[in-house]
Amino acid sequence: MFDWQWDFTWSILPRLIEATGKTLLAAGGGYLVALVLGLILALAQRTPWKPLTLVVRELVEFIRSTPLLLQVFFIYYVGPQIGLRLSPWTAGLTAIGLHYAAYLSEVYRGGIESIGKGQWEAARAINMSTAATYRRIIIPQALPPSIAGMGNYLVGIFKDTPMLSVIGVGELMHTANTIGAENYRYLEPYTLVGLIFLAISLPAAWLVRRFEAATRRRLGLSK
Amino acid sequence: MTDKTIHYPLKLEGPDVPMVRFMNVSKRYGDLVVLDRLDLDVAAGEMVTIIGPSGSGKTTVLRMIMTLEKIDEGVIYIDGEPLTHMEKNGKLVRANQAHMRKMRSKIGMCFQHFNLFPHMTALENCMEGPVQVLGISKDEARERAMELLEMVGMAEKSDQHPSRLSGGQQQRVAIARALAMRPKVMLFDEVTSALDPEVINEVTTVIRNLVDQHSLTMLMVTHQIGFAREISDRICFFFGGRIEEQGPPTDLLDEPQEDRTQQFLSAVFDAN
Amino acid sequence: MSSYLEFLSRHADQLVNGTAITLAQFVLSALVAITLAVIAGLLTLAPSRPLKAVATVYIEIFRGTSLLVQLYWIYFVLPLMGLELPKFVAGFVTVGACFGAYGAELVRGAVLSVPKGQWEAALALNMSPAKRMRRIILPQALAIMLPPWGNMMVEILKGTALVALISVADLMFMSRQINGTTYQSAQAFGTALIIYYVFARFLVTPLMRWLERAMARRLGRA
Repeated sequence: MFDWQWDFTWSILPRLIEATGKTLLAAGGGYLVALVLGLILALAQRTPWKPLTLVVRELVEFIRSTPLLLQVFFIYYVGPQIGLRLSPWTAGLTAIGLHYAAYLSEVYRGGIESIGKGQWEAARAINMSTAATYRRIIIPQALPPSIAGMGNYLVGIFKDTPMLSVIGVGELMHTANTIGAENYRYLEPYTLVGLIFLAISLPAAWLVRRFEAATRRRLGLSK
Repeated sequence: MTDKTIHYPLKLEGPDVPMVRFMNVSKRYGDLVVLDRLDLDVAAGEMVTIIGPSGSGKTTVLRMIMTLEKIDEGVIYIDGEPLTHMEKNGKLVRANQAHMRKMRSKIGMCFQHFNLFPHMTALENCMEGPVQVLGISKDEARERAMELLEMVGMAEKSDQHPSRLSGGQQQRVAIARALAMRPKVMLFDEVTSALDPEVINEVTTVIRNLVDQHSLTMLMVTHQIGFAREISDRICFFFGGRIEEQGPPTDLLDEPQEDRTQQFLSAVFDAN
Repeated sequence: MSSYLEFLSRHADQLVNGTAITLAQFVLSALVAITLAVIAGLLTLAPSRPLKAVATVYIEIFRGTSLLVQLYWIYFVLPLMGLELPKFVAGFVTVGACFGAYGAELVRGAVLSVPKGQWEAALALNMSPAKRMRRIILPQALAIMLPPWGNMMVEILKGTALVALISVADLMFMSRQINGTTYQSAQAFGTALIIYYVFARFLVTPLMRWLERAMARRLGRA
């Protein structure tokens, strides 16, 4: 079939599997950055100081409406111009983490805003502090509707990691490119990369759906 | 499966063929029996009202005639022809889509929640079927639709979208929409149940006029016993997927013979 | 500031050409995505099992892998199987196919969320299945799915930046080229970022909002 070479396939598989580990590391690391930065971006839009809200809002819009690829290049190449030499990994994780932080901040915001005013008022009525209201009342209710979004972005960040190959992060795509260039054969490495992505993201998407349903049930929010 | 011991004719013939006939019709959802070997005839021009507790199978009867529900057993005839089945090599087999489409042209239905098309005005709602299904010219369809909207008192609102109309107004447009298809049988499925009390009259007046002025065959499911008494030729009390008792309104409502009928009616009258 | 204006005027040609290519890629990708989304979305609802399977396989493959992987595969591997696409075509076809798979879910979800009573009312008027879909369900589904399609359009615009990696001379490609010759990275990449942002925020998004309002008016809601 299309000159598919099994020998070659077996010989490159170990390198690709090792690179899969790096892809997962990039996705996981980027996601951690996004989870934390996203929360900061979401809460910054809920302060009483209006100018901050507006600036952060526009910043989130800016990050969300420009290509991640361009952001990766920007962070990697502009760093040295201002005396900040970033390794490919640092630049890559920063870029992808910041990009997804913008998306996650919207998920957090949507979750928090989905809680009715009545819950705030009820918490106020039993004299709860704002922090305690967030922690005990709002976040537990805001979480379940956010989980689908958070999970989907975890899968999304995983699928966007190949863009880090352009600045030399040695993940799957980068490794496939290297293998291809060394052997002048692209059929097997590229096809295998596609299959590896499918093999991970399909079960992951399924798990996200299961996890969302389970969380809803556990919190008694299921219909 | 059709019961082998009962003979289902390929066609109903004779001097007084009913407009609607249910023969031994059953319907189950799993273990739940919705209709239990129902026999029911409705004569041409007759107005029959179905009452009964919820879950007694009343609405299912109408939805089966409109082919919105499949039946598990038995045969339904409309105007002498089988609806749920068709003739093939001298035998009755399950109706195919083409046969159901042919038969559906005799039937019109109004729903509890009106189900008007939100992206069309009242007039467009009434023109949609005639133009798209019957192939009538737009001008002719518009003229006819306006007449019908006039009849239900909605001519002034003909260019409004459903979202701008009250429930009573929407239901009147829905009646005009169904009539525009010139059905022989009209089905009214709890058409006043979703309405605010003060607009129920708008709709019942329209139905009353229809009964007075037209020779349509009508089947109605309702909770309004008073209205049913006023306009029905016959009332059927459904219980557990069967007709527990039926008769002219005065007989059934004033002197019910069965215990369950009495219980149901006294519960309804207490509630009012 | 004056040096930045100098930078802009020196590279105006590259930036304008790149922007034009990006816009062309965006429009063509969007057309491919919409077409595939409607076809695949409706096929997942078809009664025929083989058709449903074809749509599901397409959706899962394109949603399950990365756009960049798809792009390389279609541009570098497909020719080995005898299908050679010019890079410009490979670019918008891949971006369109990728987002078409996501869009198919939007189409499917919107059709399923049209209330059941609408199907029943259309059936009670004896409309054929095709007419029910075309005249009654799709117009309502369109109004339901327009808001998420607004976001999708921005994602498609961003997605086209990847075609630079198969050497389509779009805005992304030009900004890299300028960076490579001038080493003025902040200016090169920053300018491109701003152009993408302006298009997304002040062209694509307002256009989609306008469409949403127009649809709402058609449903008599505005």
